[in-house]
Amino acid sequence: MSQIAFLLNGDLVRLSDVTPTTTLLDWLREERGLTGTKEGCNEGDCGACTVMVTDAGGARAVNACILFLPQLHRRAVRTVEGIAGPNGQLHPVQRAMVDHHGSQCGFCTPGFIVSMATAHLNGRRDFDDQLAGNLCRCTGYAPIVRAAEAAADRPSPDWMVDDLTRIDDADPNGDRVLVARTADELAAWYRNHPSATLVGGATDVGLWVTKQFRPLGDVAFLSGIDDLKQIDIGDDEVRIGAAATLSDIGEAIAPLHPDFAELIRRYGSVQVRNAATIGGNIANGSPIGDGPPALIALGARLHLRRGDDRRAIPLEKFFLDYGKQDRQPGEFVEAVSFPRQADRLKCYKLSKRFDQDISAVCGCFNISVEGGTVKAARIAFGGMAGIPKRATSVEAALTGKTWTADTVAATWDAWAEDFTPLSDMRASGGYRLDAARNLLTRYFLEDIGGRTRVLEVGP
Amino acid sequence: MTVAKPLPHDAAVLHVTGAARYVDDIPAPAGTLSLAFGLSDVARGRIMTMDLDAVRAAEGVVAVLTAGDLPFANDVSPSAHDEPLLATGEVFYLGQPVFFVVATSHLAARKAARLGKITYEELPAILTIDDALAAGSLFEGGPIVWSKGDVDAALDGADRVVEGRLEIGGQEHFYLEGQVAMAWPQEGGDMAVMSSSQHPTEIQHKVAEAIGTPMHAVRVEVRRMGGGFGGKESQGNALAVACAVAAQATGRPCKMRYDRDDDMVITGKRHDFRIDYRAAVEAEGRIAGIEFTQYCRCGWAQDLSLPVADRAMLHADNAYFLPAARIASHRLKTHTQSATAFRGFGGPQGMVGIERVLDHIAHELGEDPLAVRRKNFYASGGNISGPKMDGAGVQTTPYHMPVEDFVLDSIVDELVHSSDYYARRAAVVEWNAANPILRKGIALTPVKFGISFTLTHLNQAGALVHVYQDGSIHMNHGGTEMGQGLFQKVAQVAASRFGVDVSKVKITATDTGKVPNTSATAASSGSDLNGMAVKAACDTIRNRMAGVIAAQHQADPATVRFEDGQVHVGGASYPFEEAAQQAYMSRVSLSATGFYKTPKIVWDRIRGEGRPFFYFAYGAAVTEVVIDTLTGENRILRADILHDTGASLNPALDIGQVEGGYVQGAGWLTMEELVWNGEGRLMTHAPSTYKIPACSDRPDIFNVALWDKGRNREDTIYRSKAVGEPPFMLGISAFLALSNAIAACGDGYPALDAPATPERILKTVMRVRAA
Repeated sequence: MSQIAFLLNGDLVRLSDVTPTTTLLDWLREERGLTGTKEGCNEGDCGACTVMVTDAGGARAVNACILFLPQLHRRAVRTVEGIAGPNGQLHPVQRAMVDHHGSQCGFCTPGFIVSMATAHLNGRRDFDDQLAGNLCRCTGYAPIVRAAEAAADRPSPDWMVDDLTRIDDADPNGDRVLVARTADELAAWYRNHPSATLVGGATDVGLWVTKQFRPLGDVAFLSGIDDLKQIDIGDDEVRIGAAATLSDIGEAIAPLHPDFAELIRRYGSVQVRNAATIGGNIANGSPIGDGPPALIALGARLHLRRGDDRRAIPLEKFFLDYGKQDRQPGEFVEAVSFPRQADRLKCYKLSKRFDQDISAVCGCFNISVEGGTVKAARIAFGGMAGIPKRATSVEAALTGKTWTADTVAATWDAWAEDFTPLSDMRASGGYRLDAARNLLTRYFLEDIGGRTRVLEVGP
Repeated sequence: MTVAKPLPHDAAVLHVTGAARYVDDIPAPAGTLSLAFGLSDVARGRIMTMDLDAVRAAEGVVAVLTAGDLPFANDVSPSAHDEPLLATGEVFYLGQPVFFVVATSHLAARKAARLGKITYEELPAILTIDDALAAGSLFEGGPIVWSKGDVDAALDGADRVVEGRLEIGGQEHFYLEGQVAMAWPQEGGDMAVMSSSQHPTEIQHKVAEAIGTPMHAVRVEVRRMGGGFGGKESQGNALAVACAVAAQATGRPCKMRYDRDDDMVITGKRHDFRIDYRAAVEAEGRIAGIEFTQYCRCGWAQDLSLPVADRAMLHADNAYFLPAARIASHRLKTHTQSATAFRGFGGPQGMVGIERVLDHIAHELGEDPLAVRRKNFYASGGNISGPKMDGAGVQTTPYHMPVEDFVLDSIVDELVHSSDYYARRAAVVEWNAANPILRKGIALTPVKFGISFTLTHLNQAGALVHVYQDGSIHMNHGGTEMGQGLFQKVAQVAASRFGVDVSKVKITATDTGKVPNTSATAASSGSDLNGMAVKAACDTIRNRMAGVIAAQHQADPATVRFEDGQVHVGGASYPFEEAAQQAYMSRVSLSATGFYKTPKIVWDRIRGEGRPFFYFAYGAAVTEVVIDTLTGENRILRADILHDTGASLNPALDIGQVEGGYVQGAGWLTMEELVWNGEGRLMTHAPSTYKIPACSDRPDIFNVALWDKGRNREDTIYRSKAVGEPPFMLGISAFLALSNAIAACGDGYPALDAPATPERILKTVMRVRAA
């Protein structure tokens, strides 16, 4: 009998033989009667279902609507009902939200409270980022941020501590479910279950279940595999384990490639980045994932593993065609690596909204210039083709040329050779191509000290 | 007095602890079933075959109903009887409900609803404004035209004619709580309904028709909504009716909530518009006459489109005196979702039209747009300052209503000062001279918004107030709470009438069994109407209590005062509780209804003449933005707002409406874009593709103030003004600031369309540069 164990608002919960695709949100509301956590979109885009999940890595806000119960194994969950004290004392962020009129209709409020309490616990004050994953349609956010600021200096209440050692062990594995602890365990199991679905953070797979009703078949959950979460920054190489979350990568990469970190800051929201893994971002093959363009521009190699067989390929070679990747049955992404290098990377993400939006165009440029001449250029785009794709003609048109505005302008035709972007609800093909060309101009202007980013303009 | 205190929302503590209950949070009785609609896959077509066997066979399915299975009325329209609950033989938009599933769980119902196999004979669909114009597809047989003065003469004799076209996108409400209803069958065929609705009486009415009972057999309760914004004025009918029909058929409680994608695909949104304009402009920038043609995309059924289109016409003047005007309105029928009420109800679209015209005129003349705006302002109302133009008295709108309360001169003066408008305008010019890639823009736009339902009979409200013998007060009225703070404001009124603390007043759920025949909580009228009705009920009880107390002291009841929790008569004082007890012991009724109807309004919507509005609400905003001319990316840097809520009932709640309204209005005109594909499928049907403003999209600097001289010259509740919708239109300043930034890129007039997405901005920059 499989069994998962976790803490819910401080109480130990043991569940046997759960349907592995039951979402935490449905379970909270339908089985536990904890209706404070709301469903706003059922796809991880609005934050009304935000809960706090704590493990050895700390407390993080995540979306309960696309979080499957097995992902909670050996962790602690705190819902809005667990943010106030045992005798009903309001948490400082709750008190501040009342005092600063931070709720109107109140439906998004529980999600905000949990995000705010998590940020408060972690000492975070970058509220625009911490709250980017919580949508509010009533207040215009100003009073919510005022509340967050007002509560920031208050100490975190003692009841906000979860004692993970209280979770005694349980065996979560079942006939068709693996809650893996090591990469070796996963490799062996997946080799024998090659048609299984691997679930990293479930920020994409979650929607297969909640929106498309796709049966997942055999499922392996990866979020407990510590040895796939390693981020090693060596002298020659940076190697990122497939199960590393975007949050962890953003933090680790910031000193090396700050613009990659800035791109990751705009990847989903806090809740999404806390769950989403780089392995999932690559392996799902999306043409609009933000990880691959930056990694390709950095010259990344993808490390694949099937059983004990391993191979590594240039990341761009992994994406064969729309929806088609170079991955064998039973083979999984183990890591991605790229060489240590001087930072010449700029990442430009274009979308209708800055935060928590999917790229219409994501352009990543890594152009090295020596003595006024372009020595090497690696340029990769998302949103411009059916796969993340390098701008090889543009790269060729730049390489060996003098690094001037004229050279940039002379790449005009090469762009159309590289890309014939589609029109969809995010942008027209014409805009995508125009903007992509202009992004090279932006890169050039930034390189010579120009001011080109609206996010860096103050009032 | 409790009125005017900045008290928190009545449910604030419940909100922050997760204890506030919305319809889906109410513990459902055992055996409650869940519903889901099966939707049309084509925009227009005849249903040829419908195979629902797989739906019926799906796990957990209890029943499947089609139009033929409905026992009584198959209609969920608010008035025109043109909107069946389930399609009858033909479908008119992609997403139209065709059948519904009754199942043992929400998930089972949703899964089963996808299994229907329906074949259609597809017919040509009319999707866009151009499609509808080409096909002559419109409501009311033709355009509605209102006019005043001789527009043709003005255009013929004009120094210059400024003309152009503006396309304005629609808007998804994106209330965080999706549509939801629950029906619970009672004994004797009665039905209890809980609904997330701004209009419980309409839910009651439509449910009664659908289950074949008089209205008295249906009771509808609404404690709160998780946001409404107009989207729950009529769009909740379908869920409540389906639940009631299913509950009647199965004898079990039935619940339905839309998944977000279904909600966006099924329900109506803000109307998109095209506005053509031709303005006769005098040398100094004053408008001598103007012609507007408004094209309004209504969708497949009327819903509330006619009054929405009317209100767009009614706001085609905004704050400006138009000596001659002709406004034509085409209400286009298309095979898309039936567009519906959304905060401002057509007013914002009409207002963007005239604001574009003023901006365009200023560009043509090379003048400060604010100067041109002020030249065209209505003459100030007599209670603020003297007429600003020689010999000008009270001026009339294009629909011949005198504008008697115009206060924008004063508001704009103060805002110009507090926002440092002129210095910042100069700084923007300086910035643009130094920055070739990033351009800044700034704009100040005013709002004048008419308050009252234009359908005159809706301007009524009722209330029911009880005082219990322990002095606690139970308050009920026809208004609904969707987050705007109505319940608290009206409770403050009740507390003030009785001179007690607001904690003495129990706020109760809106209930058609307590107050009947209510109007929707809409048109910003919630506190105006219900505040007055509650006041009337409280005063009836108060007068009775005063009579009892005065009699004991041989005093005149008129001298009895209710203050500080006490009832004062002569030199004596009694705690309110004791006075209530005395009234009870004297066998005096401590329960009363209250009623209110708005005075002074008369309106002929066909001729476009009369006084549709009791008064106007005013405000103004200055917004500064920056755009990237390489990508069209843009950001609001700063917004300064001064808004008139009269003598505010609750300044904290009013500020909340102003801040939230501004951000929602700016979102409408910037990042919020609805995209349909060529088959009529809404492609932006979830928050992954439809982007409302997020936290960082609010202005970096956001200075919002209520106008401290505000006091309604009309006799409204404590001289306050309505605040729900007017601030939404302050967001127009963000749109015109973007236009201003684009104008810095070249000589051409930007003629920016909405929403101003990065793509549209880049395209406009390129066009301005090429001009």
